[in-house]
Amino acid sequence: MSVLIVVDTKNGEVKKSSLEAAQYGASVAASLGGEAVALTLNANNAEVLGTVGVNKVLNVTDASVSASDPQKVVAAIVAAANKVGAKVVVFAHDSTGKAVAPRLSAKSGAGLVTNVTSLPNLASGFVVSKNVFSGKAHADVNILSDEKIVSILPNAFGVKAGEGSASVEAFSVDVSGINSGITVKEVKGGNSKVVPLPEAELVVSAGRGLKGPENWGMVEEMAEILGATTACSRPVADIGWRPHHEHVGQTGVAIRPNLYIAIGISGAIQHLAGVNGSKVIVVINKDPEAPFFKAADYGVVGDAFEVVPRLNEAFRKFKAANG
Amino acid sequence: MKILVPISKVPDTTSKIAFTDGDSKFNEEGIQWIVNPYDEWYALVRALELVEAGGGTVTVINVGDATADPVIRKALALGANEAVRVDVNPSDSYVIAKEIAAYANDKGFDMVLLGKETISYNGSEVGGMLAEFMNLPYISLASKLEVNGDTATLDRSIEGGSEVVEVKLPLVASASKGMAEQRIPNMRGIMAARSKPLTVVPASGAEAKTAYVKYGLPAPKSAVKLVDPENMDELVRLLHEEAKSI
Ligand SMILES: Cc1cc2nc3c(=O)[nH]c(=O)nc-3n(C[C@H](O)[C@H](O)[C@H](O)COP(=O)(O)OP(=O)(O)OC[C@H]3O[C@@H](n4cnc5c(N)ncnc54)[C@H](O)[C@@H]3O)c2cc1C
Repeated sequence: MSVLIVVDTKNGEVKKSSLEAAQYGASVAASLGGEAVALTLNANNAEVLGTVGVNKVLNVTDASVSASDPQKVVAAIVAAANKVGAKVVVFAHDSTGKAVAPRLSAKSGAGLVTNVTSLPNLASGFVVSKNVFSGKAHADVNILSDEKIVSILPNAFGVKAGEGSASVEAFSVDVSGINSGITVKEVKGGNSKVVPLPEAELVVSAGRGLKGPENWGMVEEMAEILGATTACSRPVADIGWRPHHEHVGQTGVAIRPNLYIAIGISGAIQHLAGVNGSKVIVVINKDPEAPFFKAADYGVVGDAFEVVPRLNEAFRKFKAANG
Repeated sequence: MKILVPISKVPDTTSKIAFTDGDSKFNEEGIQWIVNPYDEWYALVRALELVEAGGGTVTVINVGDATADPVIRKALALGANEAVRVDVNPSDSYVIAKEIAAYANDKGFDMVLLGKETISYNGSEVGGMLAEFMNLPYISLASKLEVNGDTATLDRSIEGGSEVVEVKLPLVASASKGMAEQRIPNMRGIMAARSKPLTVVPASGAEAKTAYVKYGLPAPKSAVKLVDPENMDELVRLLHEEAKSI
């Protein structure tokens, strides 16, 4: 029984979240004793999928088959799944997975679980863990249908590339009969070099403790030194100090980087919900009673306006010494 | 314009999350229920704005039992014209989407607008499923929505940016932050909500594709290690040598 992984690209390159999904799909295929096949959407570097265990790639080379128009991607997936006899389809739970996977589930009748954080347990069905209550809890969910769809939480597994290689063949699918009436007019900002928040391994975040948008220079400086992505608490986005897409938490973006540095953020329950999956949390706050310290691995009790410049200096020294 | 806004009932964001019956069920004891913030703050408010500006009606729909009625009334208090509840306690998103489609398919809605996910099950599933069941285009994670005649223009969030898309009505869209600003219901709205229609319709019998078998809480964190604010070299050393995160 083969596993089909839906792999999206950005400017022709396989997305990092998709690479992680491909690695996951390869593990599932191995435990089911089947082949791991990737369906790539207009990829220039599809061979890279071999390094995470994919055996075969079907590459769609039709720019109209993109996540902007989910019906076309669904048609491509159905065609590919039929061709290779796939019973399990794997997505990354990113903007592509969110646009396409539910539609595929409704079309095919295959049960879908999103936000998945574990490989399936096959002992009593097909049971995967997922995050619920914005990361405040997790649940084990059994997929009851014969065909199954899982959409995995970005950064939940990490990518360990090896040596393997995959065969790549062009895959054509006729989508001329699909007219969803969607046209893309413009793409804004998608090309920046900054790693998008859900995929970021290092995140530097600040809150109302910074007093005003003019004080974000030192936060951006830290992000620059570390190659990190910036984030913020909700009130900071609401009052317009920072853009909305930086808002993390229960009602913003949920993230799970390797390192989350929180500056002048109190650690309200709704903020913690979206960030407590981070592997290491550093909290800088002048109030020793701030609730965030209870969720932190490392804490610095001090005034951000003194501590952050000092920390930036230390990071810079470290980077100079360690490259 | 006729707009349908599916709404979910979720625990208040400050709720203590706990489970019962051998960790197989969410413990609802003492829980305050609210309208899912994404459904309320963004989808419902934007739908109300569109109707206020261009005329029409906003219908809210919930798939659930009678315990959802208070949060449905809240949506009516905010300004929705009428409400529908499909009378079944759904066990997954597939059931919810299929039941909403069963109700909505022949009602001539111009638009279905719902939150991008619930803060309880975080699925991001119902919108896309519903679009397929209703055979409509789907724009996910929209942070902006304008309507001009029979065409809508939306900003669809993608990693690190957004995409401006144009699409003909009718459509299904999921709303994320930026689409509208939260509103607080006023006394007049609350009074009016009491007499607005809340129609209960029987379920069509959709069957679940998944089953939640067990819940758990994350392992507790060990105590925080405090670092001297004068000595940031030490923090950097710990992050490198101990935490291995840089
Ligand atoms: C339904 C709902 C959903 C919500 N969703 C979210 C969400 O998704 N994300 C989110 O972030 N919030 C969310 N909130 C808001 C949340 O409850 C908090 O209000 C918010 O997180 C607080 O932001 P903050 O920590 O930046 O500000 P504050 O709570 O004001 O904290 C500022 C912190 O900065 C510290 N500080 C001040 N000056 C300094 C200094 N010079 N140096 C160092 N530290 C300093 C203070 O000690 C304090 O701890 C939600 C609330 C509700 C009701």
